[in-house]
Amino acid sequence: MAEHTLLEAVNLALRRAMADDERVLVLGEDVGVDGGVFRATDGLQQAYGANRVLDTPLAETAIAGIAIGLAAQGFRPVAEIQFMGFIYPAIDQLISHASRLRTRTRGRLSCPMVLRAPYGGGVHAPEHHSESTEAMLAHIPGLRVVIPSSPRRAYGLLLAAIQDPDPVVFLEPKRIYRAFREALDDDGVALPLDRAEILRAGTDLTIIGWGAMLRECLSAAEALAADGVSAEVIDVATLKPLDSATLLASARRTGRVLIVHEAARTAGYGAEIAARIAEEAMFELEAPIVRVTGYDTVMPLPGLEQKYMPNRARILAAAHRVLNPS
Amino acid sequence: MTQVATFAVEHSAYLDADGKALQPLPEALAQPDTLRALYRWMTLARAFDAKAIELQRTGRLGTYASCLGQEAAGVGVGYAMQPEDVLLPSFREQAVQLVRGVTATELLLYWGGDERGSDFHGPRQDFPISITVGGHAPHAAGVALAFKLRAEARVAVCAIGDGATSKGDLYEAMNVAGAWQLPLVFVVNNNQWAISMPRAEQSAARTLAQKAIAAGFTGEQVDGNDVVAVTDVVGKAIAHARAGGGPRLVECLTYRLSDHTTVDDASRYRSDEEVSRHWHEDPLKRLRLWLEREHGWSAEDDDACRAECEASITAAADAYLATPPQAPESLFDYLYETLPDDLRAQRDALLAEPRDEHGHG
Repeated sequence: MAEHTLLEAVNLALRRAMADDERVLVLGEDVGVDGGVFRATDGLQQAYGANRVLDTPLAETAIAGIAIGLAAQGFRPVAEIQFMGFIYPAIDQLISHASRLRTRTRGRLSCPMVLRAPYGGGVHAPEHHSESTEAMLAHIPGLRVVIPSSPRRAYGLLLAAIQDPDPVVFLEPKRIYRAFREALDDDGVALPLDRAEILRAGTDLTIIGWGAMLRECLSAAEALAADGVSAEVIDVATLKPLDSATLLASARRTGRVLIVHEAARTAGYGAEIAARIAEEAMFELEAPIVRVTGYDTVMPLPGLEQKYMPNRARILAAAHRVLNPS
Repeated sequence: MTQVATFAVEHSAYLDADGKALQPLPEALAQPDTLRALYRWMTLARAFDAKAIELQRTGRLGTYASCLGQEAAGVGVGYAMQPEDVLLPSFREQAVQLVRGVTATELLLYWGGDERGSDFHGPRQDFPISITVGGHAPHAAGVALAFKLRAEARVAVCAIGDGATSKGDLYEAMNVAGAWQLPLVFVVNNNQWAISMPRAEQSAARTLAQKAIAAGFTGEQVDGNDVVAVTDVVGKAIAHARAGGGPRLVECLTYRLSDHTTVDDASRYRSDEEVSRHWHEDPLKRLRLWLEREHGWSAEDDDACRAECEASITAAADAYLATPPQAPESLFDYLYETLPDDLRAQRDALLAEPRDEHGHG
């Protein structure tokens, strides 16, 4: 079984989806000849032609809107927004149209589209290239919001997103695009779009995260293990719909919950998870839920981004607070 | 200095406000049967509009955006389209929708607050109206791209108002339509007012049609109160797009005789005198005068046509009023193709909602 990076896994999934279903189209800025600024779509236009891999003008509203029109006509468009920081012109299309086309036509028209975007910090990118505004998207009824945390997860989740009959925003943690390789079988098997995955089983503490933060979470769990603490690490993977059952079962088992995300804290998605656990399982907890997040500040330029992003040390410090509440 | 680009915008009209021919009518449209059909559609649209206002004023319809005075700009577009084409309308396009086969009952359901009104049983692929101004223009580019990729001889028609021409959405859609030579016709229903913003303050551009030229394709103007001109010019634009000639934009110059919506009071920003002046341009009147003069249309014919349209609309309104409300759980049932487990508890909670003993419920 060949080993692949997360970026290669995205490319493999796109190739597989295009080979299996001729309704699948790829569109976006520089996705064709150039293969995408990160090379996620590398070689696709050569393989499937310019009618299936379309370089669009530089217009994010149009990219999302064209995908809606194509989807309503029976295609399965996979649109790329070059960086999440440029997704905002497409938000009106997502909120006002893609997410509600099925509802407002009572199922007559639907919107089976995927909007992919690299997101998150940690790659020393210019301004507007490092934000994590996934909570904003997870707030929109009718969308699905999916974030992979590894090559294998990216492959299976992206295939599922493309096959899904409703609009999916697929956010790719670019910090781990090339960070590590994983054995991956290009078998065309999709993962469920509503299941969290327990990456590491544990009994003393539940650490919940998504995207690139899981590397920090797993590293922290490793360090805790050395101190005799058994931490469970869960990859939320599908922020919308959320697999509450897996999170609640783990919280009940360990009695201690830590939620980690690099997005700003206030109204971040960790708040939703904390609220659900509090609503359902507060009396089964041994300690208050703790969040480790980015600060409620503007995402800094690369000079200070390591100060902004949660890391293993901050997770460990928080873990000790959850383990030893005063 | 070298001049590298010039442009011209053409304006077309056949019937003036008094129903006199400014030039010979196009042969295909000059036939009395065709003209009577166009007149009947406009009469139906006006009857629909009057009924909708009446229902709203009596508390039986929600906020409604009237199309009074814009019947020609709507009917002409609908008449110029083929059934297999796709309409992407803004919110003042009831006349086009009626011609497309959306029923008056469906339109009333929508404006009455029921999503089933957008589950058109006629034009299954037409889009629901876009309330976000210009937000549907990129969808039209996507629909047209689908036609082009499948090599289908079909055209997407995107209807927008003058206000939408100030939006970036429209420009992005026009730009890509030009770049990709999509089979897409933009129809700007320029009714001179975007709520309280008059056309002159909306843009310094001499015409709205010329905005298409920046995107690399023809934009032209038509007397939007002349249904013959609208049908002819939009028809030619659609034929051009269908033949692979690329997009076009047609600006229909018309006038919003009504308030913006039933919650608007246009007297706050424009004079009664201005509105009265524009009644002289009434699209129904001019075609009626032409039919009287050229084709023996009588007062009895006119009364019969109006009575037939009003009866049809009354029957549609009765069907609307007799439609049972949607089940509350329909809130959830069309959100996704399959409701995610995560939402089942919310759906169950809705069904188990406690009754409020102190109020409604």
